[in-house]
Amino acid sequence: MKRHRPCGSAVHDFSRRAFLSRTTLGSVGMAAGLGDIITSRTAIAEQVQAKNKRVLNIFLHGGVSQLETWDPKPNTDTGGPFRAIPTSVPGIHICELLPFTAKQMHRLSIVRSLDTNNGDHARGVVEMTTGHRRMPGADFPHLGAVTARCLMPKTFSLPGHVLIRSSPGGRNVESEFHSAAYLGPRFSSMAIYDGNPPKFEDRPGEITDEADVRRNAFRERVNERFSRRRRTAETEAYNFSFDQARELLANRHVFEISREPAGDQERYGTSQFGKHCLLARRLLENGVPYVQVNHADYDTHHENFDFHIEQLGEFDQPFATLVADLADRGLLADTLICVMSEFGRTPQINKTYGRDHWGTAWSVVLGGSSIQPGAVIGKTNANGTAVTDRAVDHGHIFHTILQAVGVDSTGEFEIAGRTFPVADPSRGAIAELLT
Amino acid sequence: MTANASVDPQQTKLLQEYKLDRPLTACHWDPRSRFIFCGAEDFLVHRIDPAGGQRISLAAHDSWIRAFGSSSDGETLYSGGYDGRLIYWPTSAEKPEPARIIEAHQGWIRAIAVSPDGRSVATCGNDRLVKVWDADSGTLVRELPGHASHVYNLIYSLDSRWLFSCDLKGVVNAWAIDSERPRTLVTVEQLHGYDTTFRADIGGARSIALRGDGGQLALGGITKVSNAFAGVGEIIVALVNPADGKLDLTLQSKDKTTGTTWGLAWHPDGFWLGLSGGSGGGWLYFWKGDTAEEFFRLQLKNDGRGMSLSPDGKQVALAHADNHLRTYSLV
Repeated sequence: MKRHRPCGSAVHDFSRRAFLSRTTLGSVGMAAGLGDIITSRTAIAEQVQAKNKRVLNIFLHGGVSQLETWDPKPNTDTGGPFRAIPTSVPGIHICELLPFTAKQMHRLSIVRSLDTNNGDHARGVVEMTTGHRRMPGADFPHLGAVTARCLMPKTFSLPGHVLIRSSPGGRNVESEFHSAAYLGPRFSSMAIYDGNPPKFEDRPGEITDEADVRRNAFRERVNERFSRRRRTAETEAYNFSFDQARELLANRHVFEISREPAGDQERYGTSQFGKHCLLARRLLENGVPYVQVNHADYDTHHENFDFHIEQLGEFDQPFATLVADLADRGLLADTLICVMSEFGRTPQINKTYGRDHWGTAWSVVLGGSSIQPGAVIGKTNANGTAVTDRAVDHGHIFHTILQAVGVDSTGEFEIAGRTFPVADPSRGAIAELLT
Repeated sequence: MTANASVDPQQTKLLQEYKLDRPLTACHWDPRSRFIFCGAEDFLVHRIDPAGGQRISLAAHDSWIRAFGSSSDGETLYSGGYDGRLIYWPTSAEKPEPARIIEAHQGWIRAIAVSPDGRSVATCGNDRLVKVWDADSGTLVRELPGHASHVYNLIYSLDSRWLFSCDLKGVVNAWAIDSERPRTLVTVEQLHGYDTTFRADIGGARSIALRGDGGQLALGGITKVSNAFAGVGEIIVALVNPADGKLDLTLQSKDKTTGTTWGLAWHPDGFWLGLSGGSGGGWLYFWKGDTAEEFFRLQLKNDGRGMSLSPDGKQVALAHADNHLRTYSLV
């Protein structure tokens, strides 16, 4: 097998060794146990897992402007040049940069009252995806890890937590892999880059089927003997990852969007984000519990309006197509959709037509699963400088996402004799948004 | 057209300040010197009487106003907005109401050019189109597809027989008035960059002008962009021969000022004026055009966003981000 190389196209190589190093061994030291070492006092478990609930999180990196998306304020001192357009829900208007999404609004809801009191990229990414205020020394599991832990069937042959993103080279405000923290490396993310399937590596030709069976039997025997004397989370995770890597090789087709009909590929378009959305659909159809698609970049301190035309022009149609497809294929009832960012952008427009970092009054979109469709939660004032009704933060969003897919977010994980809350106990779900 | 003038750039000084309610986006001097028109971060056209300072605000756009033009007699103002509308206004009316409202483009109008013979008005915008309108009736004369990205600016040749347009990627097209197919004159690569970190294009001609003899086309913008989303790049003016597309020279600032060239004009005394805005601040530049660096520059009170030379060439009006329209005397 090839060795994993840290840069260039070889990052797409998907060898068993690379998989193990990324998802398991790379996280040794922070992991708790697995399998029967982890138990949970929550109502998570089998009845939830059996429902095949899923989460799709679209993360707009850099901080998308709420005024150019979900909470337009046209013809105000902060509103910018864009107009608000009607959507498929009477009375709800969004920015004219999202004409395709506007037609799917009856399947989505907007939370317009986020006050996360933060303007730092890295902190925003952590807080929005863990639901916890970032604290020195504390490592909370990513939403994807919690989702995978709670929703992934025990016999599932694919990763439970997949991150689809551009190849490294852009800004590094997000770690390349999402941490599962105390949930264990089994629930860390597997990253897929640039719309391409991972480069799976077949067994070298000189190793025959018979030899392969023999070497695996030997490995399992040695592992078993080792486990009898010294069973740890790491050995459990190692075994799991090795088995999963083998299963992935058998299921490689799941990652190949080239297998989708040409018409579908055309509908999603040729942009990288379009390909990523089509891949997300494919993964969700195959039951992957958590899929995150990143789209970058929205950090528009300069010429915010030009760049939002460019970036949202890429986002709008593929995202709307994905929402419509999930609905048409009967998946939306079991798939929670979220569109989030690390924060919003300042209502004030700076001297170079930019907007800066702003966590005081901004928006997130939720839809699908048990989210009430076509709703608007919360309100900002006339020019968007303050929340005037139903202020919420990352903690509320985290609870709401989990409860929308049937997870009791007020419960706890019990790991190696310690308990960890599933979500920030000082917050709760946005109850009025749940059906 | 600007009359002959005799000015001394070194004597440039602030003449008047007019405060509006919002940051300005554009300005335009009426060819008969009666008014200065402004766009701002509101949805209004502001008509200012530079003599007395009176202001009238005209409402008919549904977004910010980005571009202006005037009929040759000065009796009609053309305004183009981010709403895609081209609006004809009777300039002299006490309280002008739109004479025509044309839904001209899907998306922003970024520039307006009026043909020197006064017969046509051309517009360009984010729908990647150049459109030509009858200056009197407002009827669409021609629709010119041919750009692959947003069209940022355009200008007529002095004989009104050619139209030059430049898009986001720095592609300059030349359109003969009797042909619907463009000739790509040149791609000014210095006027465009793709920021691989932020994964976005930045560039385009943010300003445009023609030398007095029509023999050089000036395109202003931003170059050497190292951070698109923070606007870290240097001002640039590319001087192109409109006959063959040859890049004659690129003008810059001596100290590599960061920002964008938002305004350009050829002065009848034989030099280029440029206006910058951006992280390097607002500056008024004076270039002779035969060397890359300016022979004089003046620091402004605030970032520039738009510029218009007075008809007599003795003043320049500047639209600023700090809610002010300022006029400077060049004498």
